[in-house]
Amino acid sequence: MSTVESNAAVSEAPDSHAGHNHDPHLAHHFDTPDQQYQSGKLGMWMFLGTEVLMFGGLFCAYSVYRHNHPEVFEYAHQYLDKKWGAINTIVLITSSLTMAWGVRAAQLGKTSLTVVLLALTLLGGAIFMGIKSIEYSTKWKEQIFIGSNNNFYADAAETTRKPAVEKLEEEHLHAMQPHEAAPALTKVEPDVTDPNAGTPDAALIKPPNITPAGLSEKTINAGREVLTYDELKVHDRHRVYTFFAIYFFMTGLHGIHVLVGMALILWIMLRARRSEFGPTYFTPVDLVGLYWHLVDLIWIFLFPLLYLIH
Amino acid sequence: MSSAHAAAEPRTTEDSHAGAVHPHIVPPSVLLGVYGVLVLLTVLTVAVTGVDLGPLNIWAALAIAVLKAALVVLYFMHLRYDSPFNAVVFITALLFVAVFISIALMDTSEYKANDDPPGTRMMMTSQNGV
Repeated sequence: MSTVESNAAVSEAPDSHAGHNHDPHLAHHFDTPDQQYQSGKLGMWMFLGTEVLMFGGLFCAYSVYRHNHPEVFEYAHQYLDKKWGAINTIVLITSSLTMAWGVRAAQLGKTSLTVVLLALTLLGGAIFMGIKSIEYSTKWKEQIFIGSNNNFYADAAETTRKPAVEKLEEEHLHAMQPHEAAPALTKVEPDVTDPNAGTPDAALIKPPNITPAGLSEKTINAGREVLTYDELKVHDRHRVYTFFAIYFFMTGLHGIHVLVGMALILWIMLRARRSEFGPTYFTPVDLVGLYWHLVDLIWIFLFPLLYLIH
Repeated sequence: MSSAHAAAEPRTTEDSHAGAVHPHIVPPSVLLGVYGVLVLLTVLTVAVTGVDLGPLNIWAALAIAVLKAALVVLYFMHLRYDSPFNAVVFITALLFVAVFISIALMDTSEYKANDDPPGTRMMMTSQNGV
């Protein structure tokens, strides 16, 4: 971003060295507009490299956690709405198309087309964030949030299953398989009547929930097995909430990038409206475009990794 | 490619305009074609999740994602037409992420899985004040 801004700063202060035969956008420390353009682009790609590295940390957390606890991911991802995820993927790809076309329009000096395409890109970002907020608020309502704001966290802390999680899970599984007959969903209740259940001592001696009946049940959904909470190993149940921490941090950081991208697009859209861009000068449009595509790029990986776990 | 233009430009401030910047302008057919393939691949990645490929599912999903990412980078982000140095910068970042993740995975594989009964874990977590 700083690249974009410094570029803008450079372009907006052409008068300071007026009097030469300069292109109004050419900063005096560049020989040619092309050199300036290439330098701006190189700087932007370096910035995008650091962005990749930053997201790399989160992807690393994801990889290590999924490698160690594949069942947690298999179970917990069922709480994410695949439909919204897929729609959002299409929305972002479409906004990438309008952005790339916007750069083309700016390069060709088609001002009004540039403005329209940038507005469409902005609309795409807004739709994406709208859908994301629907998803987030649903999670919030269901108390599947970060850390102790997650029902699975409470579950982990108390070693026995909280009724809230159980109810939640049943609602979800019902919603996911409306055709499914109720018997498949009837679960063997964990031994909550056990007077020792929940106390650390009892847990040490006899881990709860490891009952043969509780582990054997498989729900079949159109030939596909859906992992239920009861099938999770006890030590995996205690880690379910961490999946959501990873989910919220990855999509959250991505969401922040979408917001920043939208602000940048708004900025160049307003500049484009003032006909500031044309065949000789369109660097800001190009660089903001690169940023927007990177945001799309990250989502292209987040979608299958978080929503489409088999 | 484009850097060649820069080199070909006369090193003078005299030529202030006159097509000083020679970007590659991506034709609409390429933009729309790439978009179509991206949408198809999105549909494909959703569809392939419903098919049980065992451990191959994750690799199928990743392969499709990499293909989509490559299309975005090469055409929407013009990297195919850009100075190769930009590609070097970007690929270096990707390589370092790959190194980071693979070493972390190699490391985590060296440890015994934490299958402690919950009581033990409880004590551990309460000790850590979590």
